[in-house]
Amino acid sequence: MRYLTDRKRAVGLGASGAGTHHHWQMMVTSILLVPCVPLFIFIVGAGIGGTYEEVVAYFSRPGIAILTGLSLSVIIVHMMREAQAAIEDYMHGVAEKLALVAVTAFSYTLIAAGLYSLVKLAL
Amino acid sequence: MVEFALPKNSRMTVGKTWPKPEGATNVRKFQIYRWNPDDGKNPQLDTYFLDMDKCGPMILDALIKIKNEIDPTLTFRRSCREGICGSCAMNIDGINTLACIYGLDEVKGDVKIYPLPHMSVVKDLIPDLTHFYAQHASIMPWLETKTNRPAKEWKQSIEDRKKLDGLYECVMCASCSTSCPSYWWNGDRYLGPAALLHAYRWIIDSRDESTGERLDNLEDPFKLYRCHTIMNCAKTCPKGLNPAKAIAHIKQMMVERAV
Repeated sequence: MRYLTDRKRAVGLGASGAGTHHHWQMMVTSILLVPCVPLFIFIVGAGIGGTYEEVVAYFSRPGIAILTGLSLSVIIVHMMREAQAAIEDYMHGVAEKLALVAVTAFSYTLIAAGLYSLVKLAL
Repeated sequence: MVEFALPKNSRMTVGKTWPKPEGATNVRKFQIYRWNPDDGKNPQLDTYFLDMDKCGPMILDALIKIKNEIDPTLTFRRSCREGICGSCAMNIDGINTLACIYGLDEVKGDVKIYPLPHMSVVKDLIPDLTHFYAQHASIMPWLETKTNRPAKEWKQSIEDRKKLDGLYECVMCASCSTSCPSYWWNGDRYLGPAALLHAYRWIIDSRDESTGERLDNLEDPFKLYRCHTIMNCAKTCPKGLNPAKAIAHIKQMMVERAV
C-alpha cells in the first residue's frame, strides 16, 4: 500500500525520452523488407538444390552474397525489434528484462553466424 | 506477466432470474453483470425480462426501467441521456459504447451488458476510472501559452480551427481505451487512445505554445508507442472519432522532429 496521488501514479517516472528511434527503425526495416523478402526467396532460393560446388559458386557472386547478407541483417533486426515490443507488451519485471537480453543476444548471434557462413561460402 | 484468465474472485457465476412481466407478449431477455463489493461473492449474471411495448428505444431506457420497476439495486452511471456526458459507457453485446445512444434494435437476440472491460469494478456496471482521468490530466488538457495574453483573444484561422474537428468532440467515456488490448496489458504506463487523442488535440492547436514540451512528455516506449494500430478504438468509439489516426499523427510529428 502506497499513498500516492492519482496524478503521481499516472505520470510515473515521466517520459524516458526514447521510443521514436525504435519506431523509425521498424518503419525503415519494414520498407526494406518489401523488396528484400521476395528477392531473397526467388533469387537466392533459385540457387539452392544443386551440388555443394554449385551452391558455393552461386553464393560467390557479389550480387547474391550482398542480397543474402542484407536480407539476413534486415530480417533479423526487424524480428528482434518486433520481439522486443511483444515482450514489453506481455511480460513485466525481471522476466521482461531477462527476455529482452536473451532476444537481443540470440538475434545478434544469428546475424553473426549467418554472416560468418556467408563469408565462408562467398570468399 | 499478462494474465489471460480471470482471477478466481472475478469468475462469473449464474445469478438471479427475475420473473417475466405478466400478460406481456413482446418480452425481451436482458443479462446484466452484477457485483457488489460488500457481499464478498463473485460477480454474477442476473437475468431480467422486459415488456418491450412499454420500454423506450435505447439500452439506457431498458436499464432505467429495470432499476425503477424490477431491481432498484442495479447500479450504473448515467446523466445526459444523449451522448454528451459519456457517463453510461458500458459493454453492450460485446461492444463498448454509450447505453443512451445504442438502440435496442441494434442488438440481435438477448441483450448482454457488462461493465467496460479490464477495469476495476466499483459496483455492477460502474468501472473505476480514477487512473483514466489522471492520465487525461497528465497530458495537460488546456491551452499553454508563453506569450503575454493578448488584449482581446487568442486568434485562430478557420483552417487551423478545422484541424480540431474530430478531436474536440471526445466525451471521455473510456470506450476506446478499454477496448484497446495494449491498454489492457499496460494501462498503468500506456496513456491509451482517449488521453492520446486529447494530447493531439492540444499539440495541433495553433494557439498552444508548448508543442515541444507536449511531444517531450509523450516520447516514451510506453506512454505513446504501445499503440500497435489495432484500431479497436476507432471501431468502438460511440462518437465516430478516430483516436488511432490522432496517435499516428503524433508519431509522425515525433519522426519529423527527430529525422
